[in-house]
Amino acid sequence: MSKVVFENLTKVYSNGFKAVHGINLEIEDGEFLVVIGPSGCAKSTTLRMLAGLESITGGSISIGGKVVNGLPPKDRGIAMVFQNYALYPHMSVRENLGFGLKLAKVSKADIEKQVNEAAELLELTPLLDRLPRQLSGGQAQRVAVGRAIVKRPQVFLFDEPLSNLDAKLRASMRVRISDLHKTLKKTNRSATSVYVTHDQTEAMTMGDRICVMKDGHIMQVDTPANLYKYPKNLFVAGFIGAPEMNMVETRLDRTGEGKCHLALSSQMLGLPDEKLQKVLTNFTEDVVFGIRPEFIKLADDNSPRDELIKGTIVRMENMGAEFYVHFTVEDRELCTRIPADVVEAKLLDAIGKEHLFHFEMNNGHIFSKATEINISL
Amino acid sequence: MMNKVFPNKAALSADLKNNPMLRAEIRKQRVGATIRYIILLFFGLVMLYPLFWMFSAAFKPNHEIFSSLSLWPKEFSLDGFINGWNTGTEYTFGRFFLNTLYYVVPKVILTVISSVIVAYGFARFEIPFKKFWFVTLVATILLPTSVLLIPQYLMFREMGMLDSYLPLYLPMAFATQGFFVFMLIQFLRGLPTDMEEAAQIDGCNSYQLLWYIVVPMLKPAIISVALFQFMWSVNDFLGPLIYISSVEKYPIALALKLSIDVTEGTQWNEILAMASIAIVPSIVVFLIAQNYFVEGISSGGVKG
Repeated sequence: MSKVVFENLTKVYSNGFKAVHGINLEIEDGEFLVVIGPSGCAKSTTLRMLAGLESITGGSISIGGKVVNGLPPKDRGIAMVFQNYALYPHMSVRENLGFGLKLAKVSKADIEKQVNEAAELLELTPLLDRLPRQLSGGQAQRVAVGRAIVKRPQVFLFDEPLSNLDAKLRASMRVRISDLHKTLKKTNRSATSVYVTHDQTEAMTMGDRICVMKDGHIMQVDTPANLYKYPKNLFVAGFIGAPEMNMVETRLDRTGEGKCHLALSSQMLGLPDEKLQKVLTNFTEDVVFGIRPEFIKLADDNSPRDELIKGTIVRMENMGAEFYVHFTVEDRELCTRIPADVVEAKLLDAIGKEHLFHFEMNNGHIFSKATEINISL
Repeated sequence: MMNKVFPNKAALSADLKNNPMLRAEIRKQRVGATIRYIILLFFGLVMLYPLFWMFSAAFKPNHEIFSSLSLWPKEFSLDGFINGWNTGTEYTFGRFFLNTLYYVVPKVILTVISSVIVAYGFARFEIPFKKFWFVTLVATILLPTSVLLIPQYLMFREMGMLDSYLPLYLPMAFATQGFFVFMLIQFLRGLPTDMEEAAQIDGCNSYQLLWYIVVPMLKPAIISVALFQFMWSVNDFLGPLIYISSVEKYPIALALKLSIDVTEGTQWNEILAMASIAIVPSIVVFLIAQNYFVEGISSGGVKG
């Protein structure tokens, strides 16, 4: 069992700055949790508190049911992979991998065995006698991961491990770490992982669940798909997804027949019944309407009439398979993703011209402007 | 590797022939470089002249030394070395060499150990009133050593340590040379703490961290400290002069002075010969260690 639990975890620095505001979080045994947030959101601080490199001001952290608040890092059953690899520059790869075991007074034969095992898993065997400075970035990061595996920890901690690699390498390391996690899990080894990153792609592709943080608060913890589909608040909605969700400050108007309309400049969007029920229970007039680019389509004959908006196309970005089409509705600019073949068929020379767009309101979100909470969930 | 602009030498020379502008530019650069080197060489020689003079004078007979500025001895003689080595005392110069090592070696070792520990504390731990202690440390660097001579002398007299090497190296066990501590602190501050954190997670306690991780990374700085301390201590005259009174314990610095004192007509060639020998250890140690001065440190651990 290597479940990690934060209870009311707080961090206040000696200068009085409150970095972490009493967060609560449960990370299940064997889970791969990604913590994501903009820089300065205290995601690394939280990880370092879990590692024992940073003291805890309030609350508690437990690993495998045992409170570890006062324990030094070595007694917490964790291993950590750093952004800068943090390999010991004067030791060979072999010594780097085996250093933790050597300190734990494991016999030489056992160290040798476990180091070789990890080296094989990460294809490091030919590099074992090299020094860290003779390794490329990707190799160094693999050694850093290997050093964590050799320790057979209860929990793996990753602190932006791929930030220093180039895009291509990052993509392959991403897959590697994910696969490794699965392999460890299959062989019944403890594989609970906490992975801090600011990269959305890493978060979306690697995490069993994602924890989105902002200014020392947890904004939402959920699976990648749910986070994308059902953001609980404005921050998560805006943070997850590229290109960003379209956000429009607007008013929610209650009409006579128990219906609601969203005003988009001078045009109106009707709310489907399903959304309506939810919105009415938390009704507020000043709202932010959010809709992801892929849920705005070119209107056709079948589009419902109260989901149509007329806009002027101002810019088209060619992404290869699809186009990001930017259009304005009076003073507001919105973006939609349209497949390249549709663009070629219907939108040649469309810049500057008006078009009718279909907003799929079932997939839209309405946030209260005051509380920033999604009232349409 | 091939030059991109000029794929080969032939093409380069062809290009040079056809392009007077390029030729003029290259000539200008060459002339500039020649002038620069001549100036540097001149001042370099002016500064090194006394040293060369000392070496050459050591091979001259005594009467020739002050009669010419020439570096080449007219009458070549090894008398200076032979007589100088035997000294005017019952001991040979080798004895004084060893005496020097007797206190320099412990001094260097103690300095390194104590300075590293104190610097590690300053650079990596939260200590109450750390800023105050640090300022105090820096202030001791500014304090002239001679201010402390009398109280220190009295202290060591009370402890019964006069005429021994203890007063020369014992204070070093307590990181009393603020300069070295300061130097190491600055160096440590420049080192990323990632490796130490990784080692902490790997299971190091503070002492293991120091020994396994910090010391290897500090190696270039430690060698610089040892080197400075070695050279300064070998050259130290005042310390031994105050604390060492019996000739059998004299280090080189005092022994050289001794030969000036005891004879009426000073045998300068002997003194210069011994002085030449005396600087050999410093030069050798420096040559051995100089690589570490320039060695890039810990680059492997932080390379992007």
